[in-house]
Amino acid sequence: MASEAVYSHRDPMLKKRDDFEDILEERRNCSDLRYALKCYTPVVYKGLTPCKAGVLKNMVLQSDQLHYVINQVSKETGKAPEDVQEEASAILEEMAHRMQLSTVRFFAFTLCKVFKTLFRSICVNEEGIQRLQQAIQEHPVVLLPSHRSYMDFLLMSYILFTYDLALPVIAAGMDFMGMKIVGEMLRMSGAFFIRRSFGGDKLYWAVFSEYVKTILKNGLAPVEFFLEGTRSRTAKSLTPKLGLLNIVMDPFLKGEVFDINVVPVSISYERILEETLYARELLGVPKPKESTSGLFKARRVLSEDYGSIHVYFGQPVSVRSLAEGRVNRCQFNLTPRHIPKRPSDDVHSFVNAAAYRLVRAQEENMVLKPWVLLASLLLQNHHQDLDQDRAAGPERGMGLDELTEEALWLRDVCRQYGAFLHWPDHVPPSEVVSSSLDLHRGLVRISEGRVRLAVEHAGPSGPGVHPGAGPEEQLLNQAVVVLSCASYRNQALHVFLRPALLASAMHIATSSNKQEVFNSFSFLRNMFSNEFILCPGATMQDFEEACFLLVKTGVLQITEQEVLSTHRGHRTLAFLTRMMDPFLQGYQVICMFLCEEASEALTEKTFIPAVRGFMVKQLLSGRLRYTEVLSSDLQKNALAALLRLGAVLKTKGADQTTLKVNRVMVNSLEDTLGGKLPTQKAAVARL
Amino acid sequence: VIEWTPGGIPSIHRVSKSVNLNSSYLKKKQCFTGQMQEIMKWNGWGYVDSKFQFNKKGQAEFTGKRYRLSGMVMPALKEWFESTFGASLQHKTPASAIPNSSAVQPPILNEAFVEDLKSTGIPFSQDAEDRVFRAHGHCLHEIFALREGKVGRVPDMVVWPSNHNDVVKIVELACKHNVCLIPYGGGTSVSSALECPPEETRTIVSVDTSQMNRILWIDEKNLTAHVEAGIVGQELERLLNESGYCTGHEPDSMEFSSLGGWVATRASGMKKNIYGNIEDLVVHIRMVTPQGVIEKSCQGPRMSTGPDIHHFILGSEGTLGVVTEVTMKIRPMPEYQKYGSVVFPNFEQGVACLREVLTLITNVFAGHALKPQKFYITKFKGFDPNRLCVATLLFEGDRERVLQHEKQVYDIAAKFGGLAAGEDNGQRGYMLTFVIAYLRDLGMDYYVIGESFETSVPWDRVLDICRNVKERIIRECKERGVQFPPLSTCRVTQTYDAGACVYFYFAFNYRGLSDPVHVYEQVEHAARDEILANGGSLSHHHGVGKLRKEWMRETVSRVGMGMLKSVKDYVDPGNIFGNRNLL
Repeated sequence: MASEAVYSHRDPMLKKRDDFEDILEERRNCSDLRYALKCYTPVVYKGLTPCKAGVLKNMVLQSDQLHYVINQVSKETGKAPEDVQEEASAILEEMAHRMQLSTVRFFAFTLCKVFKTLFRSICVNEEGIQRLQQAIQEHPVVLLPSHRSYMDFLLMSYILFTYDLALPVIAAGMDFMGMKIVGEMLRMSGAFFIRRSFGGDKLYWAVFSEYVKTILKNGLAPVEFFLEGTRSRTAKSLTPKLGLLNIVMDPFLKGEVFDINVVPVSISYERILEETLYARELLGVPKPKESTSGLFKARRVLSEDYGSIHVYFGQPVSVRSLAEGRVNRCQFNLTPRHIPKRPSDDVHSFVNAAAYRLVRAQEENMVLKPWVLLASLLLQNHHQDLDQDRAAGPERGMGLDELTEEALWLRDVCRQYGAFLHWPDHVPPSEVVSSSLDLHRGLVRISEGRVRLAVEHAGPSGPGVHPGAGPEEQLLNQAVVVLSCASYRNQALHVFLRPALLASAMHIATSSNKQEVFNSFSFLRNMFSNEFILCPGATMQDFEEACFLLVKTGVLQITEQEVLSTHRGHRTLAFLTRMMDPFLQGYQVICMFLCEEASEALTEKTFIPAVRGFMVKQLLSGRLRYTEVLSSDLQKNALAALLRLGAVLKTKGADQTTLKVNRVMVNSLEDTLGGKLPTQKAAVARL
Repeated sequence: VIEWTPGGIPSIHRVSKSVNLNSSYLKKKQCFTGQMQEIMKWNGWGYVDSKFQFNKKGQAEFTGKRYRLSGMVMPALKEWFESTFGASLQHKTPASAIPNSSAVQPPILNEAFVEDLKSTGIPFSQDAEDRVFRAHGHCLHEIFALREGKVGRVPDMVVWPSNHNDVVKIVELACKHNVCLIPYGGGTSVSSALECPPEETRTIVSVDTSQMNRILWIDEKNLTAHVEAGIVGQELERLLNESGYCTGHEPDSMEFSSLGGWVATRASGMKKNIYGNIEDLVVHIRMVTPQGVIEKSCQGPRMSTGPDIHHFILGSEGTLGVVTEVTMKIRPMPEYQKYGSVVFPNFEQGVACLREVLTLITNVFAGHALKPQKFYITKFKGFDPNRLCVATLLFEGDRERVLQHEKQVYDIAAKFGGLAAGEDNGQRGYMLTFVIAYLRDLGMDYYVIGESFETSVPWDRVLDICRNVKERIIRECKERGVQFPPLSTCRVTQTYDAGACVYFYFAFNYRGLSDPVHVYEQVEHAARDEILANGGSLSHHHGVGKLRKEWMRETVSRVGMGMLKSVKDYVDPGNIFGNRNLL
């Protein structure tokens, strides 16, 4: 690697971002009813007149695409084409939205009230809105919001209504339809419902994809869906799902539209409504079925202060320019375009790369609140307390001054890494800290000027130990707080990820030799690519970015041969490695489990409970430090990584899928993660 | 033809003279060397006496006496011209007046060849003007350079063979002395096919076929005519008409383009729906190559004798030899001819209608064009003037059937919202085809440059390709700093069962650009990429030349290229026909 390449990196501090406007402010001063009934005349794509839901359905049902598949299915199943057509029509009926302005207005009115109670402000970048308005008129638009809460799509529609923009048609999971009236109301405000899985169902796929494409191609409405597929329970971005992205890119690739604008939208919550709900879910309490009464109950219970929301409409990304030089569109010339075809390898890798790019764009514009930094620091402190056995003593936690000082230090690091941090510089730091702690008072304890996580430890002196609560239950209760806290830390993970991987790589590498550090970095990156958003094939780029940031901030010195830490870099490196530690340890424990405990009969279904049981034992015996590893998200990701690396193999049986463990390989992965084994020379280009 | 664009081209008033189109053809037969260039522009389209210009009152007029439009004043043209391009009559970019002989490199002469050629008695010339005249076609960059008085590599001499045997002699001598030959027909190429390769160090001889212009015989039993390949379209038509026949092959360039050129580029005419394209019209071809003469042994209407050797010749673009004689199908002149036109509310409807018409009627429906409205129709009730489009129609055949089919076509058109817009509009549409090339020269006097290019595409992609290419052009212009929105429009000119031929028109005001031709070429390049990405072909009938060579491999595959190369290697191992087109 040429050294100039390392330093030519664009400085992330130079990123320019728009300012925000609070859209609730106006709502607090004038009539909600008048607002809900305001004149709503959004600009539309090339002056198109919106078409009725019925017309849209006919367009779908009469499309060549659907006809082709209907005939195909009819031939395969022996059913009459009319019957299959009927089925298609029923699928469409079940799926399609029925947007109605009156329902939208109802929602606008209700949401006003709800939002005003729950949130201090909803901040939107108006320049982003202007760009979106422009984009809608030029080309069909796809909106890709991040997904952290149920609120997301109501919020999106609310904002677009507020700014007089075309309301999107939103892909929603079928489970919402279970919510009786609300399901139908969501439908009338633009949601359409898709089954969670329909892998083999050709007809369903055809109706679904044609429905989406028809809306998009004709510019009838922006199409909105969640790239991450589901709400992230950990606040980390999830590995993007490609199905819908494939569908919306198809009309461009096949030349049916000139271009498509994809707009990543970052929605950041200062406090997530589902905070503890998620933590419990990750710990194995199954996800409650979406039900109307549940939603209302949740609302009542949670009608407290949730701080503010920031919604950032990113730069519209032209699919045409993304595809330039990457996809040869001539590949669609030789078969009629209405015959469904599996995406070719180059289309697949293009869509995959685009998806990662878009998720990163979401991440980049996520607003971080000071609390995110505090949560990171408090979590690390919590673990240090455990280490030094003062978890229950009076020395535990951090002094408020100490916390403030550390937070200010971290704030500066964060900014140097290009984070979108909203730290009110005009407010005295101690006030910033105390008001943040106040908003999240459920997660912290402050006593005698010291702050710590609201985790009560077993032990003779531990106050508030519930009598009768077994050690395991106590452990889970602690884990709820830790995981809730971790979900805030996770909001900042993308900022630190690359430098942190480098810091950890230096830690596990056997020497400071640059090639060896790179090998370790590459190993870790590969290991964690199901855990974090790491663009496929960008190892070198990520390494360069990490080096750039750490050299720029004086943490590392990098010579031709070596990667060396500086004296003043120690603090940063320690912080960064501590950030990665829970993940490293989590993966190690899972490897350990697979080597030591896993039986021959381990199945995909029993994997999570078995791992969890093993971990609980380890935690209770004190051999394991991070309760975070109990997160089923981490466990699933680790398994996916091991499957990908071939250390675990799936064998499909009659009624279950068993996991076959390659113990030698798992063992060596565990040792490498622990720094006991040198990393294999990376297959990637030499430095 | 279907054309469509918001803000098209202005209506032309006072079309009253009802002169047959044929009267515009040359009356006098060309008989000797160099005469053609005396009545033709050396740095623009067509006849010296015919051009658009703005008169003292600032009104546009068309000069000369050759066309129906000649002598007419078109007040609307100025307004259209100014509003479409942001051009102004104040900002002129006149062409340099006379060809500058001193700018022409002295000829590289192979003396031995010249000596031997002299002994054959075939006329030839080394005059600078003769050479420059044959060094170019009508690509924008070629004309632009000429207008600026810039001349690159030109042929070193011009020869005028008067029959097949002369050509045989010339080719033999060229082989003997290793001289490069470039066949020259009408000079209407738009693919840089006539450009001399700058790296060519041998003597380049332009073989001007214009003296090989006789009809050698007409066979009324078999409805064929044997014609020398240098004859130009209008002359061929005129001579055949004298005997009561026609070929029905009418490319837009037929006033100037030659039969040999049609064969060498796979030409297509606007009446192809009745008569067919050039490959359907030829029965026999004679071509002189460095390896000798290639021709079939009989005139059977169809043969199963391996791959058709005609197809090595058709589209060979002068890389294999000189086409000298062609036997063509002829037809009795149509008893009855009727123009017509239909106006559609939009381009989409127009295209759908053309497709439908095609599936029902193939016999009498000679040609059609979908065009942008304002050309000849400004207002039509209930139609959005920015979206409406016009189809021009031509019916030929016996009277009864023409009338019957005419009705059928209008009935179909009605189903697609089309309204009959009269014979006059149709006829004007056809007439404009011949003068439209003159419009570019007018534009070039006022900072406006442009060109048309074509493709063929399956029916299901016609609308997509039109939208995407037009948009790509607009976007590319913007990105490259073109100050004014470009004219970017298209029309459907030919239809087939499996698809259509689409023409794109692209022009812009280049004020403020330092290298307008380069910008133009970049945009055209991008537009061609877009065409290919949208399932269009590299060319429907203009050919590849040197302009589109870079896409040949992906167009015909590596193996296909190999096949073509091996034919070239066998037929012309010494690269005597060294214009470097196609491959």
